[in-house]
Amino acid sequence: MLIAALFRYDIVVVELSPSQEYRSSILSGLKPEIIMEICTRAISFWTYQISQEAKYQEITQRGLEDKVELYEKQQQRMTREVNVELNVLQGDLEQEKRKTADLSEQLDQMSRQLSRLQTLYERQKRRPLFDGALQHAQPHLHTSLKNQYAASNSPPPAEGFLPGIANSKLIKHTHHDALRNPELASVVNGETKKMNTFQAINDAMSIALATDDTACVFGEDVAFGGVFRCTMGLAEMFGRDRVFNTPLSEQGIAGFGIGMAAMGSTAIAEIQFADYIFPAFDQLVNEAAKYRYRSGGEFDVGGLCIRTPSGAVGHGGHYHSQSPEAYFAHTPGLKVVVPRSPIQAKGLLLAAIRDRNPTIFMEPKILYRAAVEMVPVGDYELPLGKAEILTHGKDLTVVGWGAQLYTLENAIQLAQKKMPGLSVELIDLRSILPWDVETVCNSVNKTGRLLIAHEAPKTQGFAAEIASTVMERCFLRLEAPIQRLASYDTPFPLIFEKFHVPDMIRCAEGIERAMKF
Amino acid sequence: MYARITARALARAVPSKAVKATPALTTSAKAFSTSMLSMNTAPKKDRVKVNFPGALDSHFSQVLEIREKMEPIDTFRVMDTDGKLLDSSLEPDVTEDFAVKIYKDMLTLNAMDLILYEAQRQGRISFYMTNAGEEAYIGSAAALDPEDEIFGQYREAGTLLYRGFTLDQFMNQCYSNELDLGKGRQMPVHFGSKALHFQTISSPLATQLPQAAGAAYAIKRSGRKNCVMCYFGEGAASEGDFHAALNIASTTSAPVIFFCRNNGFAISTPANEQYKGDGIASRGVGYGMHTIRVDGNDVWAVYKATQEARKIAVELNRPVLIEAMTYRVGHHSTSDDSSAYRSKKEVEDWKRNDNPIVRMRKWLENKGWWDEAKETSHKSQQRTAVLKSFAAAEKRKKPAVSEMFNDVYDKLTPNLIEQKRELEELIKKYPEHYDTSNYAKEK
Repeated sequence: MLIAALFRYDIVVVELSPSQEYRSSILSGLKPEIIMEICTRAISFWTYQISQEAKYQEITQRGLEDKVELYEKQQQRMTREVNVELNVLQGDLEQEKRKTADLSEQLDQMSRQLSRLQTLYERQKRRPLFDGALQHAQPHLHTSLKNQYAASNSPPPAEGFLPGIANSKLIKHTHHDALRNPELASVVNGETKKMNTFQAINDAMSIALATDDTACVFGEDVAFGGVFRCTMGLAEMFGRDRVFNTPLSEQGIAGFGIGMAAMGSTAIAEIQFADYIFPAFDQLVNEAAKYRYRSGGEFDVGGLCIRTPSGAVGHGGHYHSQSPEAYFAHTPGLKVVVPRSPIQAKGLLLAAIRDRNPTIFMEPKILYRAAVEMVPVGDYELPLGKAEILTHGKDLTVVGWGAQLYTLENAIQLAQKKMPGLSVELIDLRSILPWDVETVCNSVNKTGRLLIAHEAPKTQGFAAEIASTVMERCFLRLEAPIQRLASYDTPFPLIFEKFHVPDMIRCAEGIERAMKF
Repeated sequence: MYARITARALARAVPSKAVKATPALTTSAKAFSTSMLSMNTAPKKDRVKVNFPGALDSHFSQVLEIREKMEPIDTFRVMDTDGKLLDSSLEPDVTEDFAVKIYKDMLTLNAMDLILYEAQRQGRISFYMTNAGEEAYIGSAAALDPEDEIFGQYREAGTLLYRGFTLDQFMNQCYSNELDLGKGRQMPVHFGSKALHFQTISSPLATQLPQAAGAAYAIKRSGRKNCVMCYFGEGAASEGDFHAALNIASTTSAPVIFFCRNNGFAISTPANEQYKGDGIASRGVGYGMHTIRVDGNDVWAVYKATQEARKIAVELNRPVLIEAMTYRVGHHSTSDDSSAYRSKKEVEDWKRNDNPIVRMRKWLENKGWWDEAKETSHKSQQRTAVLKSFAAAEKRKKPAVSEMFNDVYDKLTPNLIEQKRELEELIKKYPEHYDTSNYAKEK
């Protein structure tokens, strides 16, 4: 039976428990060698058994370990998958949130527009009443005054009018016209977009912020877009820690910008009007300008760019009209730039922001809305310290910058009517400091005559510097006294503005004087 | 006249009141130091006073004190928003005529603002700034002596009105015509009058503050019993000139009142982005000067605060800072549209819930000094008067063109003589281009 069982099963476990007497009776009488032999065999049998058992355990363990590893991998994969899914969902949520925010903003804007329209409507409704009452009190309204502001029966825009600029040949109205400029080679294959000057400036700052994580834009009222709308949307796009309002303190703004720049950051600071830059004069003239020089090149504030609206607008009076470029041009270490149009403003501003010297960027505020061009949407810079020849000519060199160029353009046309065939080389100086002596002197060496015009008062205006340099370098080529056309030497007078600034007539007279000497 | 009588009456009461004001200040300071004391090892009287020249009132302490805040300064108020007196002891000691004049001036200012604002919207004048919501500052003008010198910012036309600047004078300035005292050279609202002791306004902010300190010092030296009143906004208080002014006024003991119209906005920048700490008033204490915070929409609180400040300035020869809390209901100027940065509802709520004109009117009505009939008739008279002045000013010619060159210096300099001649020749040569028909004839 036992044998039969052996045949049927591989392993048979038989529980034997021999008594002590039986074990001694089996072994008793045997030779000690035999007993030893039996013991040895028994030991080797058990050794075999134990090693087999250990191997089996080992294999089991390995199998378990493999399984654990597999499970772990599976778990990881699942976690990853879940995470990815979660991320996607979160992204969706963010998008939805943003959409909601956009929509509510739109709603806000719409309701603001609505309320503005309502006010307008109410005002229109009230107007006849008001006029009636006025007529009742005083039947004759002075008509010539009406010509001044009331022609459109609306207030003058804050940044003023500049009639005729829309037809200026200096303005690039088309895509091809804009890109014909060799200085724009880097964006010649890119798109252009219709922008006015404040939009172009906004675009430049947007690019500066996007391409430089250290860049910040700050100043009085910049967070809501600035009083001239140059910083519109930047706070929303780049965050309030990068585009922010400062307290009302120009010296604070300039000093703060210097500090940021000293740490290697890019500071794009706005002084609300150039007329209000004087509290910052000490910071700019004594600090920013001398930062590198006084430290032997240890430190510099190259990352500082101060933007400020300047120039006449028709109704700015003493403190919203000045052009203080010459004050800063008297300061070694600063750069001073004045753009004439949207394309120029964008490229020059980007260059001014990235230039490794503190730069004052004066924006002729009358051009903010009046000048509209097809501006390249890409990232481009225009050279600082380099003038641009706008029209080539052989009889007379005319130098100007900013909004004055459009007056000069008209004056040249007027003079050409009187003097047919007159050939004028018109130069936009663009950088006041350092200024492009070479371009101007080369031109005067060719023409022999020079006229310079600017809005700032004549005495110690920047034309004085240009005139003396040209006199030094082109003395023998000059065929007529250098003409300086500038505002009269008085504070900027509100009601006399049209008599004060060097207008078309005065500039044309200057051209005639130079030609008929 | 009324102002003079009351000023004299109050001057008599100076010693007792001034003494009363000082303990009130020390009491609150004591209350605060008591709370700090519990942290200290020993009471102040047992500790050693420092002898550093820069902080003579300080004591040595073994406790490292890091202080961020002081007790906020309270806002003094006489009437509630309904014009009801909050405490019978605060009843203003004024005559009916005096009170009604203040109210009428508030109404006139309001009427003038409405018409000139509309005029600018229609392109008749180039610029304007309204006073809406802040008219109660007229109470400060009423507490001054007419010969106290005023240095304004640009939103204080009401003080000039109170002193007797006529509607015609306002309108002439806004129209830059030949009767404008400023000869048409500055933008509208840049008023000034030597006769009324009101220095001409300039647009740069806070520049008038150190000047006011200097003017006050000169007045003190002259022996005149007058002071300087200097107005500014909470935005201007961020300029360096503000800090320079308070410090120099304090160290020179100049009899000047710095009157801050804290209207919550500097163009678009709200007060909470303009400064930290307990408003502008806390700066005054920092510069060691008497300081008052007052409900700037409460005419009588402003009046009382200014009266007390004037006493300290004139009798003790000390500068005083008043912070008048208010709200700019109008846009910053006609170049601004405040709906771009604050909700219309917020503005409407202020207009409705805390209107200084309404508060004053209700107070007058409670006294039986004003009623609906008076209101209606006064308003219509005023409107006619404003419109009449307005139309007359509009009709007037601008100053003669040669006025451009005068007053740069006391006498014309050679360069100006030459430039004047150049312009005359140009105008003669191009009469169609330089139309001077709207300018007065040259004398």
